[in-house]
Amino acid sequence: MSLSGMRGLSVFISDIRNCQNKEQERLRVDKELANIRTSFKNEKGLSVYKKKKYVWKMLYIYMLGYDVDFGHMETVALISASKYAEKQVGYIVTSCLLNENHDFLRLAINTVRNDIIGRNETYQCLALTLVGNIGGKDFSESLAPDVQKLLLSSSCRPIVRKKAALCLLRLFRKNPDVVNVDGWSDRMSQLLDERELGVLTAVMSLLVALVANNPDGYWNCVPKCVRILERLTRSQDIPQEYTYYGIPSPWLQVKTMRALQYFPTIEDPNTRRALFEVLHRILMGTDVVKNVNKNNAAHAVLFEALSLVMHLDAEKEMMSQCVAILGKFIAVREPNIRYLGLENMTRMLLVTDVQESIKRYQAQIITSLKDPDISIRRRALDLLYGMCDVTNAKDIVEELLQYLTTADFGIREELALKAAILAEKFAPDLLWYVDVILQLIDKAGDFISDDIWYRVVQFVTNNDDLQAYGALKARDYLSKPAVHETMVKVGGYLLGEYSHLLARTPGCSSKEIFAIIHEKFPTVSISTKALLLSSYIKILMHSQPPDPELQEQIWRVFQRFEGNIDAEIQQRAVEYFALSRKGPAMIDIMAEMPKFPERQSALLKKTEDAEADAAELSATRLRVQQQTSNAMVVVSQPFSDGPIHVGPLTRSSSSPQEMNGDLALTVTTMGQGQQSTPQPLAPATGDLLGDLLAIEAPPPASVSSSLLSSEPSSLEGLGDSSALALLDNAPSVQPIGSIKDWFSALCVKDSGVLYEDPYIQIGLKAEWRAHQGRVTLFLGNKHVGALTSVRAIILPPAHLRMQLSTVPDTIPPRAQVQCPLEIINLQASRDLAVLDFSYSHGSAPVNINLRLPVVLNKFLQGTPLAPADFVSQWRALTGPPLKLQEVVRGVKPLPILEMSALFNSMHILVAPGLDPNVNNIVAGAIFASEARKTLCLIRVETDPSDRTQLRLTVASPDAVVSLELKEYIKEQLLDVSTPTPQFVPASTGLTGPAAALAGLL
Amino acid sequence: MIHFVILISRQGKVRLTKWYSPYTQKERQKVIRELSGLILTRGPKLCNFVEWRGLKVVYKRYASLYFCMSIDPEDNELECLEIIHHFVEILDRYFGNVCELDLIFNFHKAYYILDEVLLAGELQETSKKSVARVIAAQDTMVENAKEQANSLTNIIAQATK
Repeated sequence: MSLSGMRGLSVFISDIRNCQNKEQERLRVDKELANIRTSFKNEKGLSVYKKKKYVWKMLYIYMLGYDVDFGHMETVALISASKYAEKQVGYIVTSCLLNENHDFLRLAINTVRNDIIGRNETYQCLALTLVGNIGGKDFSESLAPDVQKLLLSSSCRPIVRKKAALCLLRLFRKNPDVVNVDGWSDRMSQLLDERELGVLTAVMSLLVALVANNPDGYWNCVPKCVRILERLTRSQDIPQEYTYYGIPSPWLQVKTMRALQYFPTIEDPNTRRALFEVLHRILMGTDVVKNVNKNNAAHAVLFEALSLVMHLDAEKEMMSQCVAILGKFIAVREPNIRYLGLENMTRMLLVTDVQESIKRYQAQIITSLKDPDISIRRRALDLLYGMCDVTNAKDIVEELLQYLTTADFGIREELALKAAILAEKFAPDLLWYVDVILQLIDKAGDFISDDIWYRVVQFVTNNDDLQAYGALKARDYLSKPAVHETMVKVGGYLLGEYSHLLARTPGCSSKEIFAIIHEKFPTVSISTKALLLSSYIKILMHSQPPDPELQEQIWRVFQRFEGNIDAEIQQRAVEYFALSRKGPAMIDIMAEMPKFPERQSALLKKTEDAEADAAELSATRLRVQQQTSNAMVVVSQPFSDGPIHVGPLTRSSSSPQEMNGDLALTVTTMGQGQQSTPQPLAPATGDLLGDLLAIEAPPPASVSSSLLSSEPSSLEGLGDSSALALLDNAPSVQPIGSIKDWFSALCVKDSGVLYEDPYIQIGLKAEWRAHQGRVTLFLGNKHVGALTSVRAIILPPAHLRMQLSTVPDTIPPRAQVQCPLEIINLQASRDLAVLDFSYSHGSAPVNINLRLPVVLNKFLQGTPLAPADFVSQWRALTGPPLKLQEVVRGVKPLPILEMSALFNSMHILVAPGLDPNVNNIVAGAIFASEARKTLCLIRVETDPSDRTQLRLTVASPDAVVSLELKEYIKEQLLDVSTPTPQFVPASTGLTGPAAALAGLL
Repeated sequence: MIHFVILISRQGKVRLTKWYSPYTQKERQKVIRELSGLILTRGPKLCNFVEWRGLKVVYKRYASLYFCMSIDPEDNELECLEIIHHFVEILDRYFGNVCELDLIFNFHKAYYILDEVLLAGELQETSKKSVARVIAAQDTMVENAKEQANSLTNIIAQATK
């Protein structure tokens, strides 16, 4: 043994080991990297020893997780060294340092190819190893034929050929065309005659990849594979070194059986018989032994044999043998075998006829659900999920529900989802289904997606005999003290629709129901509040005889939310209040929802999609897909022949005829007169209730004006909450400092405070790249309590495209949230974007409108001007509208130097000395919009005797840019400290909220 | 196919990594972080497989060192587990009762050996003897080159004396 002493490397590794903490380690690494970098840069004739040492150190550093962004060249260069020792290091470090996507690899292709086609066997090995480990598309295009030649060559030694086989496998993975060669399948078949087991193993790996892709054409390999298996299982002619704990190469056995599983079936009776003989021997002859490794190896072979038997659809007797073996496995102590037993039993489910025999092990599988090992619990869950059908659904789902309370976090979500799907797929009756889902929401509300509770609502709505039951259950759950919000949603909805059916049940009067729901109201989110408001109006309308006290209570709620900051809540409160005052005449509007057209469960759809995504080429997988698509749905509703929307209960007008039949059932049909035009599916926003109730939000004005002619003006433009927010009175909370000053400072800086009051500080950090900008808003809660109902709306002017990421509804005490805002500049303009920001602390809402410092100069980039360029450009642009000149008076007097500084801070780069007159400034900048970049030239001529006036000339090839820039600079010069950007965007040609804003003011 | 091989110590220190699928440095760090969190916390009596991000990670602890390999979900787990053991046996033979320190200070050697055991994420050689022969041959070649270089420098040194 010769451990190559590389002292420098050892010393470095010791140093790293001796570091007390991460920081020290980083310092040591940085020092070393700096050292290596200088050596590479300065020392031309670096000795071989040093070169090797350095690249090993680089690899070590890289392995530890640090970035190494230099030295790749030096490493790759080692590959072309003439000495073996250098070449070896070059190859191995390159293959660890780079991956297939690095450009540097291209530099090496030629050298690598020369090594592959050269005569030196050791170099061939090095090159094949590199390509096999990190070869990408480039390699596969230029090297595949050479690699094939090596694999087929009879003069190459086994070591080269086995590397060539695996190298070709890699190239095939990157580009399947590499084996599109005439007669390749015959070649493969010949390769399987190889006696040397090392080469044969590599060839078998290649074959597995080829047939996994497409088995056609490789049929002649099947009998050879069977023969190889026979040779191995009978231990014929197996050299001692190729046995592993006495087992003839278990790996080759596994691979060979894997290859056979990619052929759809094996027809030839002789081959089939021979194969089954082998399989039988493996199934029967594998015993549990003491030695762990021997045991593992034997079972690796056994499990592969089981897979193959399943794939081949063996006769029933052999199948039940398999099930029996697996049944034994899932009860053993050895956890690996238990895990694999469960996993393979799940695969076994796909084989027809054995489901019944698997059910015998249900109790044992349920026990595994409580195994200490999460890997095993997952397998057990999967298996239970797979083996569930109508006969055992009740048991299994109830078992899952029970387990849910004790299950650890890592598995809960999956568990809840699977229980929900099973309950829906195999529910013996619908009462049970509703029970299960409500229990699920109760126990694991966080993991219940909206799809699941939509589905419950859909079932209850569509089944008359479920309605009273559902309402009663909802009442029971909502009476509990702490209830998950999803429960409030589903409970609130069901009680709104159906609580009147319980009117005679004690404790279920409308008033009591309202009290139960309303107790939860203060703690729920806005979308749920909106839903509850709808429930209230329904409860109120359905209460027979009318209860004035209840009416009073509910009206008070509506009135309280008439001025709510949230447009949806506000609209509902206002409209429901007005509707309910119309009295019983309106009762039809608030009638129960019509039945939903039957559609595929979104949940089942989702799982099917997921499985389709995970589609594997393996034959076993293909069968999985065929089997799961027969998901059944229990409801015995007639299938509507209207369009079937696959979506979570989106209650848009799915079939016009149906809607017409139920005239006056929904608000939509009442107000708009457009019910006969099928509307597009409501977008999947958070507006659940809008969907459920079929109150289509836009256009709200038409609904309100036809219904509430008495007060149309107050409702106009309700849909545009942002417009209303601007009308709010000055906030009661006062800012600490001047909003104007903050704004001005940010016009020339890229980070700082935008706004601050006793509760919140809004900071801002901006990055600009040509026409794009990214502004991050930092919303910091300074308060000891949480800030709620946080909303930020951006009102962009027409020339900016802005997108704000979601702003959380609540900011926890003393916490800061970051909200990135993406900006794209379309055109030059001085209009400003406004941030409409609101929050509440305690109960008091605060609303502020802030101008955002996304000003013209942010899209400028100073550009240095060469005198000749400047003059030629300047002359090329003649007169308005491209070159604009104006004498500006009333300028704040500034020394020429300060004025230069001001320009530079606006990203307009002053070119000193370009104008011979020292009282003049010449500057240049490039203005970037999405469409183009415009070079702008600026000249300022000052009058040393009167600094309050100057002559400004701005020239650019774009008239709009020239004008806007000139005006902008003028504004800046007139009053440096208080720029007067226009608050209200110019009114012409604007659309969207900004236009509304302009109109209102 | 094996997507990567990671050797981590019980303290979560990386001892060796080899990636057969293209991962960027950032992704590599994430993988290592997540897997150490997952594997190092597992008790001794649990199975050797963890399911992680759609892949399976087969791992085995030898003294203070965890050997982890990630495979596709439909691959044969026990086969991979024994590849790990096969690799460990070869290391053991080469270093003579291998310990973590051997691998720390001779990580480059470990890379040479790994390259003879795995290639393209597949098992390359199942005979320990054959691997040992190849590695020994490599060592000899490097030694020879060194001696040649030494004698060459000696000659030059003497000539220029």
